[in-house]
Amino acid sequence: MARSLGPLSRADVTGAAALALVLALVLGTLVAVTLRAEAAAGLGPADWAAIRFTLVQATLSAALSVALAVPVARALARRRFPGRSVLITLLGAPFILPVIVAVLGLIAVFGRAGIFSTALGWLGLEPISIYGFHGVVIAHVFFNLPLATRLILQGWLAMPAERFRLAASLGFAPADIARTLERPMLRQVLPGAFLVIFLLCLTSFAVALTLGGGPGATTIELAIYQAFRFDFDLGKAALLALVQVGVAGAAAIIALRVSLPEGSGAGLDRAVTRWDAATPLLRIQDAALIGLAALFLILPLAMIARDGLPTLLHLPASVGWAALRSLAVALASAALTLALALPIAALAQHRRSKLAEGIGTLTIAASPLVIGTGLFILLFPFVDPSRLALPVTALVNAVMALPFALRALMPALSQVEADFGQLADGLGMTGWARLRHLWLPRLRRPLGFATGLAAALSMGDLGVVAMFAAPDEGTLPLTLYRLMAAYRMDLAAGAALVLLALSLALFWIFDRGGRLDADA
Amino acid sequence: MKALTIAAGLSTLASVAMAETPVLTIYTYDSFVAEWGPGPAVEAAFEETCDCDLQFVSVGDGAEILARLRLEGARSPADIALGLDTNLTAAASETGLFAPAQIDTPALDLPIAWNDDTFIPFDWGWFAFVYDKENVPEPPSSFEDLIASDHSLLIQDPRSSTPGLGLLLWMKSVYGDEAADAWARLNPQIVTVTKGWTEAYGMFLEGEADMVLSYTTSPAYHLIAEDDDSKSAAAFDEGNYLQIEVAAKLASSDQPDLADDFLEFMLSDAFQALIPETNWMYPAVTPEGGLPEGFETLAKPDTSLLYLGDEAREMRDEALAEWLAASAR
Repeated sequence: MARSLGPLSRADVTGAAALALVLALVLGTLVAVTLRAEAAAGLGPADWAAIRFTLVQATLSAALSVALAVPVARALARRRFPGRSVLITLLGAPFILPVIVAVLGLIAVFGRAGIFSTALGWLGLEPISIYGFHGVVIAHVFFNLPLATRLILQGWLAMPAERFRLAASLGFAPADIARTLERPMLRQVLPGAFLVIFLLCLTSFAVALTLGGGPGATTIELAIYQAFRFDFDLGKAALLALVQVGVAGAAAIIALRVSLPEGSGAGLDRAVTRWDAATPLLRIQDAALIGLAALFLILPLAMIARDGLPTLLHLPASVGWAALRSLAVALASAALTLALALPIAALAQHRRSKLAEGIGTLTIAASPLVIGTGLFILLFPFVDPSRLALPVTALVNAVMALPFALRALMPALSQVEADFGQLADGLGMTGWARLRHLWLPRLRRPLGFATGLAAALSMGDLGVVAMFAAPDEGTLPLTLYRLMAAYRMDLAAGAALVLLALSLALFWIFDRGGRLDADA
Repeated sequence: MKALTIAAGLSTLASVAMAETPVLTIYTYDSFVAEWGPGPAVEAAFEETCDCDLQFVSVGDGAEILARLRLEGARSPADIALGLDTNLTAAASETGLFAPAQIDTPALDLPIAWNDDTFIPFDWGWFAFVYDKENVPEPPSSFEDLIASDHSLLIQDPRSSTPGLGLLLWMKSVYGDEAADAWARLNPQIVTVTKGWTEAYGMFLEGEADMVLSYTTSPAYHLIAEDDDSKSAAAFDEGNYLQIEVAAKLASSDQPDLADDFLEFMLSDAFQALIPETNWMYPAVTPEGGLPEGFETLAKPDTSLLYLGDEAREMRDEALAEWLAASAR
């Protein structure tokens, strides 16, 4: 394993360039905002309260999402049933929805007038209240449990079939398999999954506020928003954004240190057969888990579909144009994500650099408001920022999707290198040849997943485009907001359904492309 | 692909043709320029008379328009900012970025007297709690009524939303030093506090609460556009807080005369008649044809409350601190 790091290769330089671009976007914009500040800023008691609340809710939300995702992912990994691949695609859905759509979907199920409370009413029970700290956590679990399940499932699917075959021939019980095979894999995958979800919850703003029930649920991102828009205190906005990145950095260091490197032998890519899981009890347990998770995730989506269907055919043409613009942005953003993620992953792998991986993960903690403002300050002297609305949106979305792509790619890449690296070195396979003949074929699955996720994420993002867009250049999420702001909630519901369907289709196409031969 | 090339060609031609016409750039909030807002019709009507190219730039909401102008400073391409409100005018005039309008202001149909020649009102409305008549057969007629009732409420965060800030100042103007106490008594009824109007109103229509903080004119949308008379708004005996939306000319404008022409046009019938059914607010000058049918059914508070200028800003910070202390659980 102890290969020398060798001199700087071309791949290292490309990776370093990609990292530099990411750093410029995250920290450069922060510096730009700080330099425009009129006075030095400090943090008051309210800011500390926001930091505390943010940390607590993000930690709890991430822990719960990951803890619940493990049994669900295990159940999905060892069962084959009709509709499994559709379910796995749907798992991507909540995470890519614009916040307001997802919140309204959640409320239609868990709200005071939602189907859950209505059902309780029939039984003569009090309706439940989703508002409060638990509401924030429920919503974050709704958003992130599917993502956690997918990331962890990725770990299970990467385990070679031979190991389970060997385990079965040795007569391993499920507990033995868990101890010898699954736990080491989880030890490798879980910290990264936890980190990504922690970072996602860190920058939550509208979800936390809406379901938190009041100003007690003030997150750092809301404090940034307040500093910018209420007080026009750029110094404070930048300082809070720095705190946010700092918290994210600390979390990244801890998570990457806890995570174990993988290193136990290659397989031959046979279809996995799980002799151990054939007991009736485990069958029932897995079916129940999959059923419950599916219900929890799919009910709110079904409510969005139900509300959207009636107006689907009456949507104005502008919604169609907005959808096309969003598609273009999503595809560009997905391509950019790969162009950034592969060199960074290669650099992190080649130089054994946790730092490179860490920096690539931080972007999700960057405040969209500060990035947008910073870019505005930087671009304004040279060009009219609204001319660049769509390219800037694609770039920022790509950088935001980077952590997910790295999360999916890094474990798979280190596996590939551990299994075939020495062979490739022996053959003198470097640079493009290694990328084409070793990495791309072996990384199809995580690459498809990462591309699909990046495209779908970009599709649903409202973040930066709202600050730059010209009136007739709105993306689909922006158009959806405009419809709602004009009281046209019914048309907005139709637009939300279009958005949901397009995001899922994008995700499905790429994800499916990555699994074509592997899942047959 | 071919269609795109043709479109690109056409727009090149168009921009060549327009190279000589002066451009008037107006920063405004997003929903103003949306397909369903007043923007498109305003642009067409003004361009018919001005021999110019009116370009709207949409910037989030009123507070973000001001933030954007402060970032850009004197080099801003904007000629006019349209969509600030009375809570922002003090901070706006302090920046020195705005210049008085050189126009003859007609008599304004506002509930209060207006004497500011820099910030010119174009529409206004009263904040109010909107409800469904079936769920709330006996609406409250004052804050004390509301607190005594058990109606559930959806409000917006004053730090991120204009109506939210309106309610904060409304409570402050009614209760003065007792505002913190009033918030503490009202809080148990508040289901949640949302980021913006959109979230709260959407949740209200989903049935999440009995009443939502919005405008007295909101029921007019449901009545006129949806033929649904089930929504109404509560007028309070203490009075309802006003929002007056204003526009102003930038001192750095390279088209000051054209900007004045627009501000004059803004108070004419052509612009004002568009407001009620696109922005769902009251026009600042009632057009000759009167208000659209249906507006006469709306609740009309007897008293209008409003802090102006510096007072609005001082009250804002004090009231926010009180609300945060009373509401942070």
